[in-house]
Amino acid sequence: MDFLNSVLTITIRAGTSLTFATIGEILTERSGILNLGVEGTMLMGALSAFVTVFYTHSLVLGFLVAIGIGGLLALLHAFLTTTMRANQVVSGLSITLFGTGFSSFLGQRLGPATNNFRLVGLRAERIAPLTPGWAENIPILGAFLNQDILTYIVYLLIPVAWFFLYKTRPGLWLRAVGENPQTADAMGINVIKTRYLYTIIGGMLIALGGAHLSLSYTPGWSENITGGRGWIVIALVIFSMWNPARAVWGALLFGGINAVQFRLQASGTSIPASFLNMLPYIGTIAVLVLMTWWEALSKKVGAPAALGTSYMREDK
Amino acid sequence: MRLLFEKRKSTSVAALVLVPVVSFLVSLVLTALLLQIFDANPFTTFAAMAVGAFGSSHGFAETLVKAIPLMLTGLGVAIAFKLKFWNIGAEGQLTMGGVAAAGVALFLEPYLPGQSLLLGAVLGGLVAGALWAGIPAILKTSLGVDETLVTLMMNYIAILYAEFLYYGPWRDPKGYGFPGSRMFPEDAWLPRIMGRAHAGIWVALVLAIVLWIVLKRTRWGYEIQIIGASQKAARYQGIAVERNIVLAIMLSGALCGLAGAFEVTGISHRLQQGLTIGYGYTAIIVAWMSQLNPLAVPFVALALAALAVGGDQVQMVMGLPAAMGVVMQGLILFPMLAGSLFTEYTLKVVGSEKSAVCYDQLKE
Repeated sequence: MDFLNSVLTITIRAGTSLTFATIGEILTERSGILNLGVEGTMLMGALSAFVTVFYTHSLVLGFLVAIGIGGLLALLHAFLTTTMRANQVVSGLSITLFGTGFSSFLGQRLGPATNNFRLVGLRAERIAPLTPGWAENIPILGAFLNQDILTYIVYLLIPVAWFFLYKTRPGLWLRAVGENPQTADAMGINVIKTRYLYTIIGGMLIALGGAHLSLSYTPGWSENITGGRGWIVIALVIFSMWNPARAVWGALLFGGINAVQFRLQASGTSIPASFLNMLPYIGTIAVLVLMTWWEALSKKVGAPAALGTSYMREDK
Repeated sequence: MRLLFEKRKSTSVAALVLVPVVSFLVSLVLTALLLQIFDANPFTTFAAMAVGAFGSSHGFAETLVKAIPLMLTGLGVAIAFKLKFWNIGAEGQLTMGGVAAAGVALFLEPYLPGQSLLLGAVLGGLVAGALWAGIPAILKTSLGVDETLVTLMMNYIAILYAEFLYYGPWRDPKGYGFPGSRMFPEDAWLPRIMGRAHAGIWVALVLAIVLWIVLKRTRWGYEIQIIGASQKAARYQGIAVERNIVLAIMLSGALCGLAGAFEVTGISHRLQQGLTIGYGYTAIIVAWMSQLNPLAVPFVALALAALAVGGDQVQMVMGLPAAMGVVMQGLILFPMLAGSLFTEYTLKVVGSEKSAVCYDQLKE
């Protein structure tokens, strides 16, 4: 049971940042905006959160700054893709390229003079697990309750996002905008405002996922701390079929792959580390192929119909 | 009075040229602001970058060294993007090209006498890149699997595979733990023309012209253009959409694989850590700034290579992070994207009530 609990604990911890970002991206894509800037936004979130906590020693401020930076990057994406009608794929890629470069630049510039202006290798406060004493030794439940505050927020966020999307009026409007902006517009929903709003909220959640990496999962800053997680998130959105309630399974699956990798490496297996490290990426492709195949078979289309297209009243 | 976007009848040639130039200038201004924030003088920094990239024959040779893979991967990405196939796997295709070329150069010497070893290595790189790109292309055309993710995930897999080889079975036994294979036999070395810059530059330039001709003047190029514009229209015309996509993407991957083969046969002469330093991602900027026009690719690649070499230079001379160059590359894209609107739309000032039907988002 100890083994199961420890694997499950790491799985959930690894899955937290993925779930935040996945729910953020689901909300964004539901409005019809594809944001491929997740990787860059997570990196900027991780960096800004760590820098803030390093200098101010305030975790709350760290998370707030990350959320703000994520919102700003998403605002840029929303502006380029809705107001300037730029290609959504290229705009998102640009955000990722920029975020990767800029976080690396800042990571070599914002550190203290004593560390040669670098942030790599520094330590700051981290959010520690909050475990109620009685839960510690209970199998499975113990793993769920051996987590930090952000994970507990995720437990809440999943049902709340699901309820919002499927059971509330603004959730219905959001889905309408992503499915058919023309009709939504005719219904009196402000398409542009909706797209801006949910792209920005999405960006905030994505950056929060990044902040969880540098303040909890792998505390500290290192270049490319996300290691492709932002891209796995894009796959998880497809895996979840744009439903926040299903996002949890994907995040657990990939968190699980991380945990298994971790355990195998620690136990000194004969499988070369390079192949172990391929697992999440091969897993993503496999999941993607299976999901696409299954969707084609069941004739169920999960993607918002207007995803990736810009909307303008003049073009009919 | 309001501002209104009106669709142009045809794309504006002036905008096609002006937008990249203005974007470059905007990125200079933004970078200058950034430098100011970090207490560095923008003018001395830009001067140091320019001198670093073009000021000496060594600097210029290094700029060419970076420009060659950017030209080839830029061309590859441009073809794919023309089909609206978002190949962001240039990095992995380049890596697999390097791996295959290294495999040929290291192990096929007994079978390929003299310079045919070099030819074999280069062909190996081409084929490997094409096959690596063929996987996502076939997944996309047969099952509809999202290519953005598959190409990207395959980058990580390719890089980890190369890492496995030079840390593991291919590691140089006399390398004192250096992460790399043994040196290739000299027959597999690509001739150099200046400093570390190699003959691959001629191949890249010729390919840019050939691709332009193929896309503009041949039947196949025409089919590619139609598929890129509308798959539906292409089907009505009886064009084999799936087969053409797979072929074009394999061509795209072959160009990236070629870049990898040139990197190992022209620069490092072995498979080693740091085979690619993000060329495959910068290639996206190259392709987009070139507006997917093969003839523009060499110029844009040279400009971006100069930024990278200049960035290294400011690190050595002024102690600024080399990532400066990458940040500048990223900053070029945003004004480019915002400006791309003006190639298809024109801005009009309208004052009358009649145009109320054509309201636009600017009023937000």
